[in-house]
Amino acid sequence: MQGDLWQASLGLHGVRMDSAKLEFFRGTLDVLILKALVWGPLHGYAITSLIRRQSDDALLLEEGTLYPALWRLENKGWLDAEWGLSENNRKAKFYRLTAEGRRQLRHEVKTWEAYASAVAKVLGATQPPLPEEVA
Amino acid sequence: MKPIPMWRRYSRLFGPDPAADVKDELRFHLQAKIDDLVAQGWTPDAARKEAELQFGDLRAVQKIGVRMGEKMERRKRLKDYWNDSLQDMRYTLRTLGRDPGFAAVSILILALAIGANIAVFSVVNTLLLRPLPFPDSRELVWIAPPPNACGLSCATYSADAYEEFRDQSRAYQGVTGYMAFGTADNLRLTGRGEPEPATGVEVIGNFFQVLGVQPAMGRLFTAEESRGGPHPVALLANAYWRRQFNGDPAIVGRAVELNGTPITIVGVLPDSFDFGAVFSPGAKVDVFTPLDLNLERNWGNIVTLIGRLKPGVTRAQALDDANRVAPNIYFNVKYPATLGRYRGDLIPVPLKDYVTGKLRRSLIALWCAVGVILLIAGVNLSNLLLSRAVARAKEFAVRGALGASRGRIVRQLLMESLVLSGAGAAVGLGLAVMLIAWLAHQGAVALPLLSSLRIDGPALGWTVLVAVFTATIFGLLPGLRIASGNLQEMLKDSGPGAGLGRKHESIRAGLVIVEVALACVLLVSAGLLLRSFVKVLDVDLGFQPDRAASIKVEYDDSAPTPEGSQVKRGEIFQQIIARVSGLPGVEAAGISDYLPLGPNREWDAPAPKGKVFAPGELPDPLVYVVTPGFIRAMGIRIQGRDFTWADGPRSERVVLINASAARVYWPGEDPVGKILMRGDEEDRVVGVVDDVHEETVEGGTGSQIYYPATQQGPSGAQLVIRTSLPPATLAASVLRALRELNPNQPAAEFRPVQTIVDRAVSPRRFFMLLVAAFAALGLLLAALGIYGVISYSVTRQAQAIGIRMALGASVWRVQSQVLAGTMRLACAGMVLGTVLALVVAKLISSLLFGTSSWDLPTYFGMALALLLVAAISGYIPARRASGVNPMRVLRSN
Repeated sequence: MQGDLWQASLGLHGVRMDSAKLEFFRGTLDVLILKALVWGPLHGYAITSLIRRQSDDALLLEEGTLYPALWRLENKGWLDAEWGLSENNRKAKFYRLTAEGRRQLRHEVKTWEAYASAVAKVLGATQPPLPEEVA
Repeated sequence: MKPIPMWRRYSRLFGPDPAADVKDELRFHLQAKIDDLVAQGWTPDAARKEAELQFGDLRAVQKIGVRMGEKMERRKRLKDYWNDSLQDMRYTLRTLGRDPGFAAVSILILALAIGANIAVFSVVNTLLLRPLPFPDSRELVWIAPPPNACGLSCATYSADAYEEFRDQSRAYQGVTGYMAFGTADNLRLTGRGEPEPATGVEVIGNFFQVLGVQPAMGRLFTAEESRGGPHPVALLANAYWRRQFNGDPAIVGRAVELNGTPITIVGVLPDSFDFGAVFSPGAKVDVFTPLDLNLERNWGNIVTLIGRLKPGVTRAQALDDANRVAPNIYFNVKYPATLGRYRGDLIPVPLKDYVTGKLRRSLIALWCAVGVILLIAGVNLSNLLLSRAVARAKEFAVRGALGASRGRIVRQLLMESLVLSGAGAAVGLGLAVMLIAWLAHQGAVALPLLSSLRIDGPALGWTVLVAVFTATIFGLLPGLRIASGNLQEMLKDSGPGAGLGRKHESIRAGLVIVEVALACVLLVSAGLLLRSFVKVLDVDLGFQPDRAASIKVEYDDSAPTPEGSQVKRGEIFQQIIARVSGLPGVEAAGISDYLPLGPNREWDAPAPKGKVFAPGELPDPLVYVVTPGFIRAMGIRIQGRDFTWADGPRSERVVLINASAARVYWPGEDPVGKILMRGDEEDRVVGVVDDVHEETVEGGTGSQIYYPATQQGPSGAQLVIRTSLPPATLAASVLRALRELNPNQPAAEFRPVQTIVDRAVSPRRFFMLLVAAFAALGLLLAALGIYGVISYSVTRQAQAIGIRMALGASVWRVQSQVLAGTMRLACAGMVLGTVLALVVAKLISSLLFGTSSWDLPTYFGMALALLLVAAISGYIPARRASGVNPMRVLRSN
């Protein structure tokens, strides 16, 4: 069931992703959410708002994928949820990073950076690679 | 962790609601987006539409959320439950630790009751429930005539009958049997220094194959060996191989000398096979040899019949098949007149039923008895827990006021009883293991399969079941009583709970009355069984077992002619008896080939001369071949005269018959002097002996005939000695005397005849002792229960007693009041118990012997024992009551 929702597009502004390429972005939503909560607890709408503004309107999270991801992360124990009052005194569910969530965030960021640099190496190549030495 | 805001608590007053939470969360998101859009300039309606569009499939997301939310709730509930239970456990251990006396007493009571339960369950499992230790043992059947007073010797068939049955039956994979007329120590292991006795059984060649027994070493008999092949072979029982040959791994193929002939050992049977355990309880068989049917063809009925049904054949089908085959079977093909003699006498029953069927009722009675013990112990436990709970009533009231649900409080109390039960079960298991180990080694008790008694998986499962059952049922009662109490009343500071105490006391008194009633039932049952046992011991066996002992005698009467053999035998026996009679302390001596209460055999039915009997009216008497002096040595009463040495091979043939036979052959006449015809042979009756119990102590007696050893061929010789000294002291001198006459005399056992009798009644004694032990245990528990209740009531009424004493009541008055209360309890319990006991006694009436279910002395004895025990249990609190210091009690409120 989760897989189906991951098929739904990540919502890159103006760019439509097809499902094959989405394999590479699995977990991206998770790490974005974890990072968004680094500066304090937020409710779901505030998380989308923060990511939108942070990416200069490039990343628009779809609600259909956001909330299942939030609930999943809460299940896994990376987020803690509690009910509170929003800025205009409405009841809202706030999510907060747990200690384990922070550890997970660090790990995921490292993975992402390694992945990004590897992709950059391939894409930025000016000549084909040297043949491998046969030992 | 931030505290939960009040508004949140109120909106979820009735518990978490994951569905509503999801809805609220999504609604907030939607509303926030709408607000943003409106702020950007959209109209409210258009903004709402746009927000919902952007959200996507709202319902699907909601569904996911609700599912996940519910999963999380479930997990949280389980975790809370688990944590609560751990907390309860820690608390229980702490509080029990603070009161070690109470814990020790409860655990001890439970250990005894649960241990007894496990032990009895193991016995029932081994004897009744577990299948026989053969593969596919349900296919094995025992083929015999319908059960009658005759026992094993009637359940045999001739060699011809066996072969015809085997060949003509279509229902069996294999038919086998064994020679039923062996005796203990019928073989001598020679060639290794002093000859050692051994017990051997001759089995039909395919015996082990049909049963499905695989040899541990070597092989089984081949078809050629079964037909009396070239060399004599034998199989050893595993225990004998270990004991006699020290587990020699090279035993297979070795020749050992049995009775002077070298026999090759072809294999060793596995440890799991115990012939005696299944077919001959109380006996140990060492060696198995193949039965050569050709040799035994003219010996009459000698083999038992055991068959393995083909898969899928039912008992009814086997019975039909047997009935079809029976009319075609000859007793001996040489006598065509014997065709169809076994009609109606070939009935297959499952082997398991044959082996343990007789015990079913006793075992079930035992199981019920031990269940009653568990009930008593459980009621005791309930009582103890209730008194403890009452003492902590305030604590529970405070807990309830602070918000503990009733279920939580009950769970706490249940945890206490679970911990106590668990500890009791663990200790009880240890006790049961010891008891079982002891029981399994009681070889003297003639119960089948006893040696395979052990604690196995089902027994452990039963332990857990019993422990949980006890804990739940008996822990629930105090819990429910306390948790349903009036909180306010419990919190009041009015002394040790006056009103509360009284209500609980009546419950506790009720429980104790139940306990006493159950103990009554056990006492009455044990008393009835005890009386039955005593009556069994009193049965006139027909002979005097005390001060008599028997020993197996070896002799060699080989001679060229049968008459020569008889003469030689007569001389040998006469010498032996004369020599042994000359020993100091020996009053009488004689020889017989079979002893009462042991194996026996029959010959062709003799008939009185000159009288005609309808077929089937003539009895088949049991035959004993004896020397002069045997009758006197066994202490059998005789009218007429005993045999003398003058009755030899060439003098008139004489015979002794017993009273039952005389009644059948010559009713109302004096049989002495009359002639009995056996075929063409004429035997004159010279004496009439009393009936001797030949098969069991409790059963009836049939016809018996005694022939002189000098005129007929005995199947062995048991020397019986009557002595004024304890038999054991004569053992050495008798053996020496026998050795002097025959150096080949093996070191046979000098067995007091009383042990034969004891062995015959050992199953009954065994059960009686067990039930008596349970009754004693039940009485003890009931006494503890009475003590507990009375003691508690004295404590509760300490103030009232103090006032009474201050106002002038004497010590004796106070004590007698307490005792009166005790007696009231005991009498109420006894009345209930007597009614229950009458019902139970009716149920077990089939187990009684010579005792009626309304046996008054037993009931009186039970009442006396109970009143006495109750008086003692009440006396200690009574002493305490009279020792109350009025000043102290009145001062401390």
